[in-house]
Amino acid sequence: MLKVGIDVGSTTMKTVAMREDNTLVYSDYQRHFSQIIEKGREMLKSMMDAIGDEEVTIALSGSAGMGLAEAAGIPFVQEVYATRVAAKTFIPDTDTIIELGGEDAKILFLKNGLEVRMNGTCAGGTGAFIDQMATLLGISRDDIDRLSEQSTQIYTIASRCGVFAKSDIQPIINQGARIEDVASSVLVAVVNQTIAGLAQGRKIEGKVIYLGGPLTFIHRLRYFFDEALGTKGICPENSLYYVAMGSALSPGGKEMRISEVIKALESYRGQNDFVKLEPLFKDESEYQAFKERHAKAAVPFRNPAGYTGRAYLGIDSGSTTIKMCIISENGELMLTRYSPNNGNPVQAVHSFLASFYDAYPSITIAASASTGYGEDLMKTAFSLDYSLVETEAHFIGAKHFMPDVDFIIDIGGQDIKCFRIRDGVIDDIFLNEACSSGCGSFLQTFANTLGKSAEEFAQLAITAKAPVDLGSRCTVFMNSQVKQAQKDGASINDISAGLAISVVKNALYKVIRTSNPEELGRRIVTQGGTFLNDAVLRSFEKELGLEVVRPQIAGLMGAFGAALYAKMMAKRQDLRISTTISPEELDELKHTIKSVRCNGCTNHCMLTVNSFGTKRKLISGNRCEKPLTGKAPAAADRYDLYAYKQELLKGYMERKSGSRGTIGLPLALGMYELLPFYTVLFQSLGYDTIVSPFSSRDLYIKGQASIPSDTVCFPAKLMHGHIEYLTGQHPDMIFIPCSSYNINEDKGNNHFNCPVVAYYGEVIKGNQDTEGIPLILGYLSLESEKHLAKRISELFNVKKSEALKAVRAGFSELQAYRKKIMDKGAEIIRVSREENRQIIVLAGRPYHTDPEINHGIDRMIVQLGASVITEDSIAPLIGKGSVHVLNQWTYHARMYDAARYIAGEKDMNLVQLVSFGCGLDAVTTDEVREILRSEDRIYTQIKIDEITNLGAVRIRMRSLFAALEMEEEKEKAGSRNG
Amino acid sequence: MDKKVFTKEMKDEGYQIAIPNMSPVHFNIMKRIFINHGYKPVLLENSSPSVIQEGLRYVHNDMCYPCLLVIGQIIDAINRGIVNKDRCAVIISQTGGGCRASNYYFLLMKALERAGLGNIPVISANLQGMNANPGFNISFPMLVQAFTALVYGDLIMLLSNQVRPYEINKGDTDRMIDKWTVILGDCYEKNRGYFWGNMKKKLNAISDDFASIPVKRTPKVKVGVVGEIYMKYSRLGNSDLQGFLEKEDCEVMLPPMMGFVLYCFSNGIKDEEYYGGRMKYAFVMKHIGMPILSIVEKWSEEAVLRHPEFNRAASFKELEEYGERFIDRGCKMGEGWLLTAEMVELIEKGYGNIVCTQPFGCLPNHICGKGMIRPLKEAYPDSNIVPIDYDPSATKVNQENRIKLMLAVAKEKLEEEK
Repeated sequence: MLKVGIDVGSTTMKTVAMREDNTLVYSDYQRHFSQIIEKGREMLKSMMDAIGDEEVTIALSGSAGMGLAEAAGIPFVQEVYATRVAAKTFIPDTDTIIELGGEDAKILFLKNGLEVRMNGTCAGGTGAFIDQMATLLGISRDDIDRLSEQSTQIYTIASRCGVFAKSDIQPIINQGARIEDVASSVLVAVVNQTIAGLAQGRKIEGKVIYLGGPLTFIHRLRYFFDEALGTKGICPENSLYYVAMGSALSPGGKEMRISEVIKALESYRGQNDFVKLEPLFKDESEYQAFKERHAKAAVPFRNPAGYTGRAYLGIDSGSTTIKMCIISENGELMLTRYSPNNGNPVQAVHSFLASFYDAYPSITIAASASTGYGEDLMKTAFSLDYSLVETEAHFIGAKHFMPDVDFIIDIGGQDIKCFRIRDGVIDDIFLNEACSSGCGSFLQTFANTLGKSAEEFAQLAITAKAPVDLGSRCTVFMNSQVKQAQKDGASINDISAGLAISVVKNALYKVIRTSNPEELGRRIVTQGGTFLNDAVLRSFEKELGLEVVRPQIAGLMGAFGAALYAKMMAKRQDLRISTTISPEELDELKHTIKSVRCNGCTNHCMLTVNSFGTKRKLISGNRCEKPLTGKAPAAADRYDLYAYKQELLKGYMERKSGSRGTIGLPLALGMYELLPFYTVLFQSLGYDTIVSPFSSRDLYIKGQASIPSDTVCFPAKLMHGHIEYLTGQHPDMIFIPCSSYNINEDKGNNHFNCPVVAYYGEVIKGNQDTEGIPLILGYLSLESEKHLAKRISELFNVKKSEALKAVRAGFSELQAYRKKIMDKGAEIIRVSREENRQIIVLAGRPYHTDPEINHGIDRMIVQLGASVITEDSIAPLIGKGSVHVLNQWTYHARMYDAARYIAGEKDMNLVQLVSFGCGLDAVTTDEVREILRSEDRIYTQIKIDEITNLGAVRIRMRSLFAALEMEEEKEKAGSRNG
Repeated sequence: MDKKVFTKEMKDEGYQIAIPNMSPVHFNIMKRIFINHGYKPVLLENSSPSVIQEGLRYVHNDMCYPCLLVIGQIIDAINRGIVNKDRCAVIISQTGGGCRASNYYFLLMKALERAGLGNIPVISANLQGMNANPGFNISFPMLVQAFTALVYGDLIMLLSNQVRPYEINKGDTDRMIDKWTVILGDCYEKNRGYFWGNMKKKLNAISDDFASIPVKRTPKVKVGVVGEIYMKYSRLGNSDLQGFLEKEDCEVMLPPMMGFVLYCFSNGIKDEEYYGGRMKYAFVMKHIGMPILSIVEKWSEEAVLRHPEFNRAASFKELEEYGERFIDRGCKMGEGWLLTAEMVELIEKGYGNIVCTQPFGCLPNHICGKGMIRPLKEAYPDSNIVPIDYDPSATKVNQENRIKLMLAVAKEKLEEEK
């Protein structure tokens, strides 16, 4: 009897038939476009045509196959289990299997007790991820493989979640990196993600087998795996069919004819029990009225053919697309272009300008401006007159349609931007954090997987009878949510509408975090290409319960705003001749990209140099102005308390010989605050202290493999690297402080540490190999000198009196250290006030001092012309106050205090640093915002993780400064008038 | 934001008190205690998707899932009129530890305020006397009753889980649970027959009763469930994990709730040892509290041991020892070391297939759950542990798929053993 196996993966379906002796007689592999039941029927039919309709044993497997199994009444085999069965049959001496599928990644360890790792709910897909990246680069998956061959350099891309990696790639592309290098970087990111995220400390060794689509088709991916693992893995024959073959081979297959299965599928109807929402439109007439209403928000158009004279150019170089427009002296729209940048935005603008110069020689560009991610690149490349931060550009554009607009929401391909306008000034800004995507490109990708264009897909939603409730969250979740809905019988119309609704909900409840739509404002302008989708626009209006304005050029608003800005500035500055590139220059424009390492200091930044001929070049990737000006920057700590803190901490890294031996102290988590205390304590006990250095990318990667929970915060993950470093120094012991309690500053109801700071040492103990060096987890609290001395004397076998002396020395050092920070903070405030600099309180926790954790955001702010102080330098300046949440964590209480303190200081603004995955910050962010809000102050939040898109942070900071400037101007104007 | 107080008048006027039902067996027994003391409890069972919607709307989306669910369930119940919004109060637990779960009380108040329900008093259920309400005080007899109800509930849960999968007449076990819920409720109403000598008798009778249910014991996959307390017990939280596992033909073991209570009590003792300053509490707990509690624990254990087919739960002393093999008992936020200890217990008892449930991004679970799986695996290579994250948009398909893998391995092992 033949054995038949079916494997329904997340994107493809495979069928196999095998003889009793396990030889393959039939196999088929196809994309199913989420039409699983139909595809199943079709593929079984072709199988029946090929092998006949004998009785067979049949079983089904695959992550998306449960529904089909139910429908057809065939047994379901879990897919990892199936893989193992196949491997055991065909390659019995396999040690490890790495299998990447459309959306899943798995590692199976077969030796010493089966151990399986699947990607968690957070880790993004892999095959789908590579496809998405290919789309982003405007190439095919095969191209990625081919181009990767010619790469010379690998960029670091976050290896956590696919969505995350995407936002890392974007700036790299926009900076003009070579596509060959990006291709390799994408593949390496997948490798890192699989190894770090899945292996979790277990070494991948022995005979390694590669399975699944991506590993079968992309040989460079196998190459990078081989390289990372230091082995030569095998991609066996039929590597695509292991799951299908495994299910065929599994015991418990059902004996039946293929025709019976087909029949069961034909009569199958979904249970229709998905959660339904109200339809978007009651009927056709409601839709027509809706369309007419929105048609009114149009810009007058003027045919450029008849126009002579001055015109204004605006360029919005976005993350995936580039938007350009040219307006007349009267603000009429003459020419627009909206195109994907295909990884080369310069080329897109070049071709637009060339055809413009060609077709309309009688029009002169009187002024030009750029905005968006590629703002600097465009300004340099085409010698534009102005550039402005994108939030401002959108605001200017929106005002054109609704002068008293009070809320703008822009949903683009990759990002969501919203801002509230208060008194004519941009106030709160919300950007989507890298994890909660679900924006326009998501709808696009989804439409494509269903074999539809984005427009067709959107149109389907209009007539949906019962939109599916898909919730709001990241792409990865959404895919499986959709699968579930399909299993439950939802139509493609309902899904399209459901997705549109979920995009809106994501924006409202995840990004803006509103609970009451009314608080957004009543005068709302929607922008961004995604709102051109009527279903999304309608969902938005329905969710808010009000009518909003969608300009017909919603997708071009950034460019339109930039053009208006150019026009306004030209008038204001009386600009006679624009610097914009001339047709002749344009013809000869040569664009070259080079990567060089800066040797200006020990940072050795990797610089990307975009050169345009000999005159203009743009350097990016630098962390200070030295490569630009050639001059050394001002003393690092003049305006930057973070830099000062780092200097102070460095002082404790010096070693002193001791009679009791060496002790390693990891500079991570709580140690960032307590380093002065513990070094002095141990030194006075006679230990030689070895302190691990500040974190670096390299240090992180060295410890990455032993991280057991991929969703824990980055500062905790770094601990592994520090322990790895210390182990390499061979101290006699390593000490990690553990404590439920932090220092009692009498500012809240209690003085806890967060669970991670409190007990992370236990994770190290359980998961990291310290090569026999004893790990001492000291459960100690700094509340009582005497008790602490007792504990120290027990833990380290020293006399109590000696311990007490050491504890006291530690405390006095800690006090001195804290005083220095306070004093320096006061000094920076004074100097800044003298020099009229804005002061930013970069509020986080002590370990945010680490340069690898804060990614140099402090330096960036200083570069933008402001000063930076820490939360702990001002928190003690204000007395105990009350907050609306449980205030029982020492570090967090300081943030509340800092927020309360600056309420009365006009020239200070608070920017909160939030670590991704920090559970407590779900509480603090809302509360800090509330404190600032109640005093009419702007709240800015920056989420940081192992890789942070500094470009986005920059936009946020620049918008903040622009808003502050506008506010100031207003006040000046007000005082003049009053 | 002013705290709305639950007054004596409200109690007398018969205000309803909405209580999210975390564990049906336990809470159904306890409900009667509330009634007997003049309260009008309403156990919330509403579980439609609107619960999650309300949660997402009024709670920060990165907050832990139980918080979202419980608050969502309460607001949804009010919207649906399950309780009268003008004449009700709501209750929420407050453990007072360093885990962010201690914030639920405040977040619930914030959420009610934002939902325009700020007039509803919130009662904090805790034993430390935090945020007291004049109309709600747990009197000593009530405390004793609640404590015994916990012991009874644990025993009933333990035994019913070991009988249900094997029962010959479907429904016997659940009927037995109902029977004892009524008997115990009546005892509480009369305020007699449930403590000391009677307690021992009752516990034995429960054990005998469950043993009398006709069963056919065939080898089944035995699965233990551990994790964050709400995720572990609540059907709403874990999408009826127990039901799913039983449908997959497994026997499910849920560690008793008493362990968590004792764990909370014992933490003060450890705190004193490590950090000092809590001498009186530690002394009383160590020398009076814990010994008394362990007597009751012993009765329960003896009741189980009357029938050799039943597995008993580990005593707290044993749990402490199990935990210490892998993690320091100073680790006390959330479920802390107890979670690790329970996994050890389950493995030792033959429930080596374990689902470790946690809310997505649960802080203590990074350490005591996921962080301990590797050392456990090294010590017990045959253990088969699958951590499952729950959050508002984790799909059932995904979760069940992972559990099914764990089951496939477990079934294979079961076959080998046969």
